[in-house]
Amino acid sequence: MSKNSIKEKNIIGFTINGQAVEAEEGWTVLETARYNGFHIPTLCYHEAIEPSGACRLCVVEVREGDWSKVVISCMYPVKEGIEILTDSPRVHNVRRWVLEMLLAECPASKEIQALAAEYGVSSSRFASVDKENQCMLCGLCVRVCNEIVGVNAISFASRGTSKEIATPYKVPSTACVACGSCVTVCPTGAMQARLDQVRGDISQRTGHGHAH
Amino acid sequence: MKEQAETIDEILDRYPGEPRYLISLLQDIQAEHGYISREAMTLVCGHTGVPLSRAWAASTFYKSFSVEPRGEHTIKVCLGTACHLKGGTRLAEGLERELGVKSGCTTKDLRFSLDTVNCLGACALAPVVVLDEEYLPNTNSKKVKQSIKRLDAE
Amino acid sequence: MTQQSTAEKLDQSRLNSTQDLLSLTESIRGRRDEKRPVIIVCHGTGCLANGSPNVAEALRQAIKEAGIAAKVVPQIKTTGCHGFCSRGPLVIMQPAGIFYQRVQPDDAQEIIQATLVEGRPVERLLYEDTKTGERIIHDYEIPFYKHQQRIVLKNIGKIDPTDIYDTIGAGGYLALAKVLSRMSPADVVSAIETSGLRGRGGAGFPTGRKWASAVAASKKRPGPVYVVVNGDEGDPGAFMDRTVMEGDPHAVLEGLIIGAYAVGSNQGFMYVRAEYPLAIKHLNIAIEQARELGLLGKNILGSGFDFDVEIARGAGAFVCGESTALFTSIEGRAGEPRPKYIRSVEEGLWGRPTVLNNVETWANVPLIIERGADWYKNIGVPHSTGTKVFSLVGKIANVGLVEVPMGIPLNRLIEEIGGGTPGAGRFKAVQTGGPSGGCLPYELGDVPVDFDSLTKAGSMMGSGGMIVMDEHDCVVDVARYFLRFLEEESCGKCLPCRLGLKAMLEFLNRFARGEGSLEDLAELENLAKAVQDGSLCALGGSAPNPVLTTIRYFRDEYEAHIKEKRCPAGVCKDLISYIIDPEKCTGCGACARSCPQGCITGEKKKPHNLDPAQCIRCGMCLDSCKFSAVVVR
Repeated sequence: MSKNSIKEKNIIGFTINGQAVEAEEGWTVLETARYNGFHIPTLCYHEAIEPSGACRLCVVEVREGDWSKVVISCMYPVKEGIEILTDSPRVHNVRRWVLEMLLAECPASKEIQALAAEYGVSSSRFASVDKENQCMLCGLCVRVCNEIVGVNAISFASRGTSKEIATPYKVPSTACVACGSCVTVCPTGAMQARLDQVRGDISQRTGHGHAH
Repeated sequence: MKEQAETIDEILDRYPGEPRYLISLLQDIQAEHGYISREAMTLVCGHTGVPLSRAWAASTFYKSFSVEPRGEHTIKVCLGTACHLKGGTRLAEGLERELGVKSGCTTKDLRFSLDTVNCLGACALAPVVVLDEEYLPNTNSKKVKQSIKRLDAE
Repeated sequence: MTQQSTAEKLDQSRLNSTQDLLSLTESIRGRRDEKRPVIIVCHGTGCLANGSPNVAEALRQAIKEAGIAAKVVPQIKTTGCHGFCSRGPLVIMQPAGIFYQRVQPDDAQEIIQATLVEGRPVERLLYEDTKTGERIIHDYEIPFYKHQQRIVLKNIGKIDPTDIYDTIGAGGYLALAKVLSRMSPADVVSAIETSGLRGRGGAGFPTGRKWASAVAASKKRPGPVYVVVNGDEGDPGAFMDRTVMEGDPHAVLEGLIIGAYAVGSNQGFMYVRAEYPLAIKHLNIAIEQARELGLLGKNILGSGFDFDVEIARGAGAFVCGESTALFTSIEGRAGEPRPKYIRSVEEGLWGRPTVLNNVETWANVPLIIERGADWYKNIGVPHSTGTKVFSLVGKIANVGLVEVPMGIPLNRLIEEIGGGTPGAGRFKAVQTGGPSGGCLPYELGDVPVDFDSLTKAGSMMGSGGMIVMDEHDCVVDVARYFLRFLEEESCGKCLPCRLGLKAMLEFLNRFARGEGSLEDLAELENLAKAVQDGSLCALGGSAPNPVLTTIRYFRDEYEAHIKEKRCPAGVCKDLISYIIDPEKCTGCGACARSCPQGCITGEKKKPHNLDPAQCIRCGMCLDSCKFSAVVVR
């Protein structure tokens, strides 16, 4: 490809695991990798929703000359000449620990067990607080409710290890339209069990004051 | 908490109705009323145009907000590094036993709230406890207990 | 405002030109009576808590009673922190410069009678040199002050921070006048670049380069540019920014206005943590006074430059010291950080180019402008220019705030200025850089304290907290302390931080109980690397530093816990026991009354016994014993 045509289309060339790839300016590394058939695991990523960079499973190592850094591919913008490694030792180290910790955090999630098994993690040495828990706080439900549905019925509450998905004052939200989008995007099946706590008893609704 | 709290409406009047004043408003309500009630939060959201869920996220994220009524008096135990090295953690544990509540909680009679705080920047006074507004410098369990008893008798 | 400013209240309306400001400075200086006695009473947080307002009141009363002639009424001036917090309340008698320490209200009469009436110092209130035992009269002769180079702190402790005229008399806003009358914005950026100033908040990014990037970004995307003061000083054990905001708020404000002029900003924010109410109060007063004089607002000093500033109060979240979380908080939301693949100098507050610098950085700006970039860059060492303010806390004799040139060796700072560790021993370790920094051992005492040397040693400059530890402090406990701190302060958004800190803590808790294996220690290091690499922001990214440095420098102490089930420092609860030394116990019964378990028994006036089986090692007996008879084994 000549230099001129690169400029016209704003095509960016770089490598993933040593293989040359091309992307349009503004793409992320994850988009380019998936477009070219490279597998990178994700949990908090969804094509229709703005990425947030919470789960960190999609980490890759980016190298530029002597400089190297572990970044999240779902948000890292492509750049001419960079080298991306999707499974370097550093990347592998982050992923295996995240998965082992997730096994303890969400012991009831079949999806997480399957993903962990894929990376050779079958058990966790860390303590589980709640044996029934499936939610890993990826926030897809919150983001879909805010960005796509636009009703802002749920949000994160508290912070750190107390962080949770909740409705204001932990009572069913009158803003919820019971659309079920949160259940659809949930990667671990956690939202299914909680939907009733969010929407409450639909039959009691008057139909006013939902979306705004 | 102030004796004669301003009404929520009076507090709302202090700031323009823009989302960025959410935190300032919650801070003023916390200071005047001691906590942020559901009614107050709903009014703040109406004023600033912020969804209730976002105000809930903010008021549970920041440590200085409470969404439940707090005690008449607040006991803050500093757990900055200097205070930790000089026995701050021991002080906090002692107060938890004395008051029968975990830190971050309020006694059943709503007399005292016990909090730990990550460094007040008063490291020369370590270990330091703040009772309402009063600093107790270079303190120990015995002195704090006496001060609490004095407050309780008032 | 103080008596002086009310008495001398200049009927000053708005300053309409830089010449107006220079005239005001001259007139304030001209009115000063150099011979008039001034009694300075420190009103920094430390002295306030030790009762300095009562001391000031007692001095006022004593002056009245002594009936000192009306012509030379001594002025009582309340100022910001003098730094020597462990000796408070501090009183300094000017113009003679006599330094009194640990002053109580009862001392007031004697101070007035002896010093003002009879002209001699009160011996017993003078500082006594810890090594020679000699009484020292003047503050500048005390080792704590003698080895400092106070340029950022030069006004603190001398001026009344609530009085803009006092600041202007001390040269405040002269740098702004210079900028507005003689320098282009590009000149200012280039001066800051030449000075070599690096950010005092953590990573030490070159300030001039940051400003230049903001200018470039705003050229690409026209629209508002913001300048922001990061006053969310959250590192436990650090209080230099609080002291500057409380003691010389106009220095921060002046630096911010100059920065705004340089990068073309018309709106600034000061983000100050909620735990610092006095700083917020003094900044608010400063802003109001500056606005009245036309140093803020429209057409500053008649230059045509508009700039104003708003204070945003933090609400109790350490993570908001991180730039993107700080912006989110100013925007009115929960302070969760976002990835910085686009730098905040390009997309910061409301997505606009934003210059964020911490308090001390901004306070350096007027100095560089006024005295020149070349003067500044000759202080310190080549890649870390200027001075740095440190807070010396923990097991150190002179707890307080000091300002020294960059590059000073660590042990000079601790031994000469800080007076070393109290008691017989030497210091064991120093934690620099707060929870994101590292723990350096005594053996690294000759490390120069500058950005790059500290980083090379596995620690960092951070905001300048120096926590000194002695042999009674356990490094496993310290590592646990910082992890617990960060676990509590983690926003919880990304998994390596939310779950990783908890998981690291599980490893350390095991070691503190004498459990675990050497393989676990190696695995902890791997996990620490995963948390460093995988975390979203610098809170998680730097959280493993205290763990990694303590393992690197104190591996035998970890191994003692794991292999020998022993805590050499006598801290880790599961590995120690309390006993009562029958030689020292007087049988006063204080320990028995304080024990929540009721496990201390004995007859009055006879040595008591402690039942180790019931003891929960809460330490209440240790606190209550006046005879050091409770011993940790």
